[in-house]
Amino acid sequence: MQFLPFKRGIVSALALSAGLFATQVMAQGDITVALQLEPPHLDPTSAAAGAIDSVLYSNVFEGLTRFASDGAIIPGLAESWEISEDGLEYTFKLHSGVTFHDGTAMDAEDVKFSLDRARAEDSVNAQKALFADIADVTVIDPTTVKVTLSKQNGNLLFNLAWGDAVIVAPESIENIKQMPIGTGAFKFAGWVQGDKIDLVKNPDYWGTPATLDAATFKFISDPTAAFAAVMAEDVDVFAGFPAPENLPQFDADPRFQVLRGSSEGETILSTNNKMPPFDNVKVRKALAHAIDRQAIIDGAMFGLGTPIGTHFAPHNPDYVDLTGNSAYDPEMSKALLAEAGFPDGFETTLKLPPPSYARRGGEIIAAQLAQVGIKAEISNLEWAQWLEQVFKGKDYGLTIVSHTEPFDIGIYARPDYYFQYDNPDFQALMETLNGTTDPAKRSELLATAQTTISEDYVNGYLFQLAFPTVANAKVQGLWENAPTQATDLTGVSWAE
Amino acid sequence: MSRNLILGAMLSSLVVLAALVSFVWTPFDYTAMNIPGKLQTPNATHWLGTDHFGRDMFSMIMVGARTSIAVALVAVGIGMGLGVPLGLAAAARKGSWLDELIMRGNDLVFAFPSLVIAILITAVFGAGAINAIIAIGIFNIPVFARITRGAALSLWEREFIMAARVAGKSATRISFEHILPNVLNLLIVQGTIQFSLGILAEAALSYVGLGAQPPTPSWGRMLADSQTMVSFAPHLALIPGCAIIVTVLGLNLMGDGLRDWLDPRLRVARA
Repeated sequence: MQFLPFKRGIVSALALSAGLFATQVMAQGDITVALQLEPPHLDPTSAAAGAIDSVLYSNVFEGLTRFASDGAIIPGLAESWEISEDGLEYTFKLHSGVTFHDGTAMDAEDVKFSLDRARAEDSVNAQKALFADIADVTVIDPTTVKVTLSKQNGNLLFNLAWGDAVIVAPESIENIKQMPIGTGAFKFAGWVQGDKIDLVKNPDYWGTPATLDAATFKFISDPTAAFAAVMAEDVDVFAGFPAPENLPQFDADPRFQVLRGSSEGETILSTNNKMPPFDNVKVRKALAHAIDRQAIIDGAMFGLGTPIGTHFAPHNPDYVDLTGNSAYDPEMSKALLAEAGFPDGFETTLKLPPPSYARRGGEIIAAQLAQVGIKAEISNLEWAQWLEQVFKGKDYGLTIVSHTEPFDIGIYARPDYYFQYDNPDFQALMETLNGTTDPAKRSELLATAQTTISEDYVNGYLFQLAFPTVANAKVQGLWENAPTQATDLTGVSWAE
Repeated sequence: MSRNLILGAMLSSLVVLAALVSFVWTPFDYTAMNIPGKLQTPNATHWLGTDHFGRDMFSMIMVGARTSIAVALVAVGIGMGLGVPLGLAAAARKGSWLDELIMRGNDLVFAFPSLVIAILITAVFGAGAINAIIAIGIFNIPVFARITRGAALSLWEREFIMAARVAGKSATRISFEHILPNVLNLLIVQGTIQFSLGILAEAALSYVGLGAQPPTPSWGRMLADSQTMVSFAPHLALIPGCAIIVTVLGLNLMGDGLRDWLDPRLRVARA
């Protein structure tokens, strides 16, 4: 950039300079994408870190099925499938001629290997529950594989679309954390830890090849640095831009486009349901009525986010709007506290992880709780401390976090999960849901599930986290929403 | 009295006054949020505007002064309270194992970059004003111990100390009755300088989120919070930034002025 005025200054070089610019436009086949978090390693099948999928999902690794940009489940490596009458046998027909990036063929054996590895006794897969109902995986011929279930599971195709269920090559497992080998439209080219990951186009891709020749993922965690990097055009795309307050400036700048997508992140005031006084539903209800969601969305997120009344994404067709159950009503909150035996309120802890939705939201919530007499002592934690103290140690009263996994209402059926909600009825309901394939029946069950946790006031349901992407105005084909953690570049290109 | 001293004393007392007044009066409740009225620039109602939650900046700066002064004052108090007796003891037993122990201990603490250790302390024991005070206080101990020992050593050679020893006073009594009053002016000057460094350290710790926790306002955290908003609401950063500058400048000028005023040698030279 700094050479530009110099070039401009030399009139005699104008023609040459124009020529250079022309080749530059022609060569715009690469893209630099910034993300906030760097992956700890590069194996999506052995870690919960969403940052891994943000780089590799669909770009490098593919599963039998996959998420489309609108969240629909579409065929991936499987071109089609048949489901038996009893719903227990899924026969997947694979695309033929698919090769891994190391040149070896991807066939039914690799599918069997990947699924067996994920569901094995000693598997380190972070989402082992996705595969729990698979009883057997059989190779019929090189392009046909049969998955047999122990019981009906209406979610199987959805489960297989997760980044944790991608197909990996047996011989690549040893070095997969540093050298991921998949089947996607991009090949892994290099990783400079603390800085960037490089991908290059896979010329032998089985499907529609990528338009871009190369992609670089850069990792910028600091919101101020993120703003500067986009403004200086050091990066072409920032997926999941961390500072919503800066978006209006990008809106006003013709160099950029802003996509205000939705994510799967239900942002909640997680409540330790086992810790007194939160074991009392009246106290939890008082908490819910003490919170003014709109103030939090406006104050912490500068208006970006959709209010939620239960742990479910509003863009999901099965979503039920239950925000009325926990409308802002401080008087009612005080009355409930008095009823529960805390007329003067009580003291608790509010432990906040680093993202601004938590830090800013926490300050607002603490102020709102103070209005009804609850004194929430804020302590700001780094992620490692948060995982240790809150998520693993369950040593907290309240915390704020966004649950970004898609369709994760099932966590409320896990009594050992960090908010420790233990309701046998809800657990039975989830059990029934998992065994139900009929769509109408499933919708009904999901509505009941959403209502149950809403009326039990398990957590304070705040808002659906937005997923803002800031990009160069000429970049097209980006995902607007984040139905799963992914930055799918296979359809991305530069406008002429 | 020098101009420095007067200007420094005026700026410092302005900040102290703001902190004291904040106990009884602030224009608005410093925790009261008004989200629809956020990010106002300075105006008649909100003299210094409002922050990103619509809180009154003027009130926050006043209470922030309280936080800064409280942390720095107690930290300097810890440094003086422990450092001065250590320095006196080391001087009184010059060359003994006690002197060695104290001074090498000081070297050890000095060897670490103070802010890094302060961050370590608050990271291990948890963020908060109390731990920030302890962290900053620990690093004030060797400063005062050294300066006390250095000044005391030369005093121990003087005739009036000799006279006190001949009169049979113990080393402890001599230290407190004769040495301490004579090094006091040095300590006051150093205390002022350390106080301004303490304010900076508090701001730095709060800036990285390890100082006073919200909702207690702190200048450092106000700066950190404003970071992504500088481009469209620069007053959020300028106001706490100026508050820190005024305080530190005031204290440094005052320290300089006090040194000139209190140092007997300089006074003689001037006369």
